[in-house]
Amino acid sequence: MAFENNVDVEHPVHDVRSEAIKNFEKKGFPSKKEEAWKYTSLNNLQKIDFSIFPKEENALEYKDVKKYFLHEIDTYKIVFIDGIYSSYLSETTHDGVDICLMSAALAKPMYQQVIDVYFNKVASKDESLTTLNTAFSREGAYIYIPKNKMPRKPIEILHFATGNEASLMLQPRNLVIVEENAEVQIIERHQSLTGNEVLTNSVTEIFAAENGIVDYYKIQNDSHTASLIDNTYINQKDKSVVRVHTFSFGGKLTRNNLNFYQNGEYIDSTMKGVTILGDKQHVHHHTLVHHIEPNCESHQDYKGIYGDSATGVFNGKIIVDKIAQKTNAFQQNNNILVSDKATINTKPQLEIFADDVKCSHGCTIGQLDEDALFYLQTRGIPQKEARALLMYAFANNVLATVRIPELKTRINKLIANKLGVNLGFDL
Amino acid sequence: MLKIKNLHAQVEDKEILKGINLEVKPGEVHAIMGPNGSRKSTLAEVISGKEEFEVTEGSIELDGEDLEDVAPEERAHKGIFLSFQYPVEIPGVSVTNFMKTAINESGKAKGLEDMPANEMLKLIREKSELLEIDRKFLSRSLNEGFSGGEKKRNEIFQMAMLEPKVAILDETDSGLDIDALRIVANGVNKLKSKDNAVIVITHYQRLLDYIVPDFVHVLHDGKIVKSGGKELAMELEEKGYDWLKQEAAI
Repeated sequence: MAFENNVDVEHPVHDVRSEAIKNFEKKGFPSKKEEAWKYTSLNNLQKIDFSIFPKEENALEYKDVKKYFLHEIDTYKIVFIDGIYSSYLSETTHDGVDICLMSAALAKPMYQQVIDVYFNKVASKDESLTTLNTAFSREGAYIYIPKNKMPRKPIEILHFATGNEASLMLQPRNLVIVEENAEVQIIERHQSLTGNEVLTNSVTEIFAAENGIVDYYKIQNDSHTASLIDNTYINQKDKSVVRVHTFSFGGKLTRNNLNFYQNGEYIDSTMKGVTILGDKQHVHHHTLVHHIEPNCESHQDYKGIYGDSATGVFNGKIIVDKIAQKTNAFQQNNNILVSDKATINTKPQLEIFADDVKCSHGCTIGQLDEDALFYLQTRGIPQKEARALLMYAFANNVLATVRIPELKTRINKLIANKLGVNLGFDL
Repeated sequence: MLKIKNLHAQVEDKEILKGINLEVKPGEVHAIMGPNGSRKSTLAEVISGKEEFEVTEGSIELDGEDLEDVAPEERAHKGIFLSFQYPVEIPGVSVTNFMKTAINESGKAKGLEDMPANEMLKLIREKSELLEIDRKFLSRSLNEGFSGGEKKRNEIFQMAMLEPKVAILDETDSGLDIDALRIVANGVNKLKSKDNAVIVITHYQRLLDYIVPDFVHVLHDGKIVKSGGKELAMELEEKGYDWLKQEAAI
């Protein structure tokens, strides 16, 4: 089962896993009775008989899935098809940095020391879905960037589901370690190519050492039968910068549990998101920033546009410990509801124990600015197009911090597409 | 060309325009002056068709066509342009892409095909030179982080692109330093022809030194209380508005 296929039975990871199994058995799946899951129900998903390990391997041609890659530029690629690594579609490296497979990192003694220090260290030991992943994950991305290094190009982690199984559950496990003064850019995407049910329960651990910089982009534009539970845990040291951008444009149910732990001073943590949903889609952004040391900053900016019967949740928790003086924590969640049936629940949770801090939060749920609409109309742009253009501008505001220009253009186009805006990008 | 007859308008049961009469012929420049709160901007927005205001009496005609129930975008297609006092910021939409959308939507309303990209670029280059606008400026997000002067210059650039019959400039001079004022005014003057008209809304004489009006109207409490030639503007600059308010009260 799982990593056991290729990892020595003596490996300490097995102890971690059996403990995780025990913990999961104790807790089971989260229910709506738990505060954190009040607005997101997994009941319907639990009724589906998911196959955890697909029976046969499937192959994909690059030309058929090219559009899901950031093909405008050269990237490293770690690609999985139905949870199984595709060496054919991937491009990994060990040249100065390690961009490879989790199973390989666990199996080879040369990585043992790093694994001992980092694997399952920041991930929760008792959150049930995280323990489920720890117990049953079989593959994922392993990214290790040593001191003062930066990979030559961004890294793409792609998961494809082909529909080989009537319903498939995937549990990828990623580990990203960025040492002192090192830097990395990662793009993660889950893509179902089928109408069959897919449930992904992903765990990513990110460690940023002193002065490390991590840019992590999550593209969630999946099919109507694909659900994703993303659990991301980030441990930051002094002066490190970690930015996570989450673009949620589709999927049946998407839950983003994003947890930042600031274990040092002068840290910058940034979380940004654009959510554009329709039909009966559901997205829940659940963030936590724990300010443990003084002089750190966190920035949260989530924009949502909800149409049809889509539902959204934003729950942003900020904890400022007593010694974490001079903390600057900002949180912003703005939403536009385009239809009467769409709903959004937004909830800031601030627990501040220090007295010399700057914390702000703001939630808005509203319609478009009528003055702005009038402005566009006086330029001859019909009301319908003007509305779409304003929504585009509203969402786009978040993209200023996207540092890969080609990705920014790609997201621009996705947003425009989603909103039916024709801006003639050829110009 | 533009004929406003006994125009009354209200917002939430409050009358704000109280019987305005104004006729603007091709080739003319009209200035509308008046103290704060005299409803100068309201008049501009009513002419442009802002839905918040309800016209309760009277009419606005453009080339003999009543504009009642005509949407703002259609008024734009017919040739009305409003340069805003406070232009709106649209992040993520470049000046170029915005103009392309506006031009092609206007074209579509007239049954025209989209303008080919090379023609569009040529037009944009030509008009931006008129306003001494830098190339880099055109790829920036519309009005986002623009200085006051840049915003106003950009408004007149849009006017140059859309070539309206009647352009209303709402406090285009506010927030401009003298150099920017000269560039903006020169731009407007170069766009002037015997076939179009300009309505300049302003507090001060300053802009009218550059864009010389044929007629000056003073608006007070939703009514035109005095009209005259360009010398009226100078008189206002010298004497202020109080004497007119008193005159109007009698």
